[in-house]
Amino acid sequence: MEKEKKKHRIILGVIGADVHAVGNTILNRALQDAGFEVTNLGVMVPQEEMIRAAVEDGADAILVSSLYGQGEIDCTGMREKCEEAGLKDILLYAGGNLVVGKVPEKEIQERYKALGFDRAFGPGTDPSVTIAALKKDLAKGRLHHHRGSEE
Amino acid sequence: MKAVLLIDFGSTYTKITAVDIEKEEILGTAQSFTTIETDINDGLKNALKILEEKTGPLEFSEKYACSSAAGGLRMVAIGLVPELTAQAAKQASLGAGAKVVKTYSYELTDGDVEEIDGINPDILLLTGGTDGGNKDNIIHNAHQLAKLKSRSFPIIIAGNRSCTDRVAEILEDFETFKCENVMPKLNIPNVEPVQELIRSIFLKKIVLAKGLSQAEELIKGILMPTPAAMLEAMKLLAKGTETEEGIGDLVGVDLGGATTDVYSMSYGLPQTGAAVLKGLREDYAKRTVEGDIGMRYSIKGIVAASDIMRISDLSGLSERKCEEMIEYLSVHTDKVPGDDEPDFIALDYALASMAVEAAVTRHAGKLEPFYTPTGISYMQTGKDLTGVKTVVATGGALIHTKRTGDILKHTLSKPEDAFSLKPKEAEFLVDRKYILAAMGLLSTEYPDAALRIMKKELEKNGVS
Ligand code: B12
Repeated sequence: MEKEKKKHRIILGVIGADVHAVGNTILNRALQDAGFEVTNLGVMVPQEEMIRAAVEDGADAILVSSLYGQGEIDCTGMREKCEEAGLKDILLYAGGNLVVGKVPEKEIQERYKALGFDRAFGPGTDPSVTIAALKKDLAKGRLHHHRGSEE
Repeated sequence: MKAVLLIDFGSTYTKITAVDIEKEEILGTAQSFTTIETDINDGLKNALKILEEKTGPLEFSEKYACSSAAGGLRMVAIGLVPELTAQAAKQASLGAGAKVVKTYSYELTDGDVEEIDGINPDILLLTGGTDGGNKDNIIHNAHQLAKLKSRSFPIIIAGNRSCTDRVAEILEDFETFKCENVMPKLNIPNVEPVQELIRSIFLKKIVLAKGLSQAEELIKGILMPTPAAMLEAMKLLAKGTETEEGIGDLVGVDLGGATTDVYSMSYGLPQTGAAVLKGLREDYAKRTVEGDIGMRYSIKGIVAASDIMRISDLSGLSERKCEEMIEYLSVHTDKVPGDDEPDFIALDYALASMAVEAAVTRHAGKLEPFYTPTGISYMQTGKDLTGVKTVVATGGALIHTKRTGDILKHTLSKPEDAFSLKPKEAEFLVDRKYILAAMGLLSTEYPDAALRIMKKELEKNGVS
């Protein structure tokens, strides 16, 4: 019914007790410039706040940043809570310094896929990479994302 | 002399206040039973007679009224996420002076629809979704509401603007009012448009429907629900006018028999750099209503919200004795302690203290500690009122006791309340003559006079 050209809606935030604000600010700008409708929740955002925001905002994706090394703990259970809240097909991305120590990018991705995230990005990922991935995934429509599923 | 009459048609009493607008003085106050069943003017006439016995005959140049008679302005608020649009919808309604009978979130069930039919509110506020955000929920809820048997109340549609028209279509059998979204952007409520609409519907329809309009020929109409008048007064007192300075941020407590209203006039931003503000931003003028806390009808809620041990402690009566007396008062709701009843006086003091403590604690914001690798940090939800320097008291249970100051100390934070953002120390102002709602009404035409009268009449009850 509604065929008007719709901007994709993104929830952005730095999860947990993390205060690293710089990457968040840059991503916010870059996503807006790329034509996304962004609700930026800033730093120190609990999972629940991101999920509530996504419900009310009708979001297409939640982009979670974690820089301070506790990302895996902070992101655990996020996908399950999304499902509980009725956000069945929402895209979940994670990025930043997602793990402690030097870990190959591929392994980081596997660990976060196991947590139910669709994609994970290592340190220093350029916003253009994030945006390209988002556009690709959103163009495919809502994929049915399953925990640990292959692309 | 230019006399103005201010009338509050309450559920039980019609309270009137006469003001000399030139001298900026209260000429007198009086009250008599509200007579909604027969003719509302009867009670008003009785009150006027009582007033004129004290003041001599008065010729009023203007008359203004507010009302909480016939149940007040009863509303149902519906939103999507409890902490977001549902909360914003509830807050907007309370701020407009409504009694929010129930708030619903997420998808309405058939049971909810039946319940709403039973509540039969004066106005229903339907919200959900930020602008451009979620549509499914409000559309689902509109379809559910279309099943209502009742068509007697108007529905305000104030959700995601992308589907306002669609929702209005679904609800075409109802009288609907389209409005700006109550929360167009996440966490940023937009309450004024909804409140203006509520006010105008109240003026046009509710007053008529409740048989209050007979009074209209006599007065300039019933301008607003009583709590809205109270809120206007508090706002004026805090903010002042262009020519007369206000007293700054304040907290107001109205302790009644069935409910306790708390007002705060403050932006409540974090007072320390260590806190990050989370959740829904709150209005400068905020009103909350604790439906389970009141001195008689809701007396047991006070016990539940505090502790019988503390009530016993404060009253100096045994727990057993307290329990017995509370049981008695919950049935004998019109009991007013006499001067020769020290036990009742002591118990009421303890109950009032616990009531204001619980109500202000719920109204004020909270800090949640967050342990980070660099140390402790805080998330703030709600308003930080620690810097507020004035607490205003009104309502029978607070103004008809000598111990108002002692009771009000319980609105302040104690050292052990480290995470509660209640005022730390404050001066108490007591509305002894019960003129606040009247001043709220007066402020619609004479804000400077209303403000100066409040400054003069509110009784300072010492700094804690
Ligand atoms: C500045 C800084 C701080 C400042 C932050 C100030 C502020 N308010 O922003 C302060 C001093 C407060 C700080 C504190 C700490 N920091 Co620090 N900090 C840094 C530093 C030097 C720069 C971070 C930065 O701004 N980068 C620039 C931005 C643009 O890059 P970015 O954040 O990575 O974001 C980009 C990409 O990653 C990506 N991206 C980010 N999020 C997402 C999300 C998605 C979905 C996607 C796709 C992409 C994406 O896009 C962004 C834009 O290009 C880094 C080291 C470094 N050079 O990276 C350490 C670093 C992040 N900090 C670190 C640590 C350990 C801490 C502390 C725990 C230190 C401590 N024990 O005191 C605390 C934690 C405090 C807390 N509660 O959060 C470690 C993290 C180690 C880890 N993860 O294994 C780092 C890597 C330093 C190090 N090498 O040890 N820090």
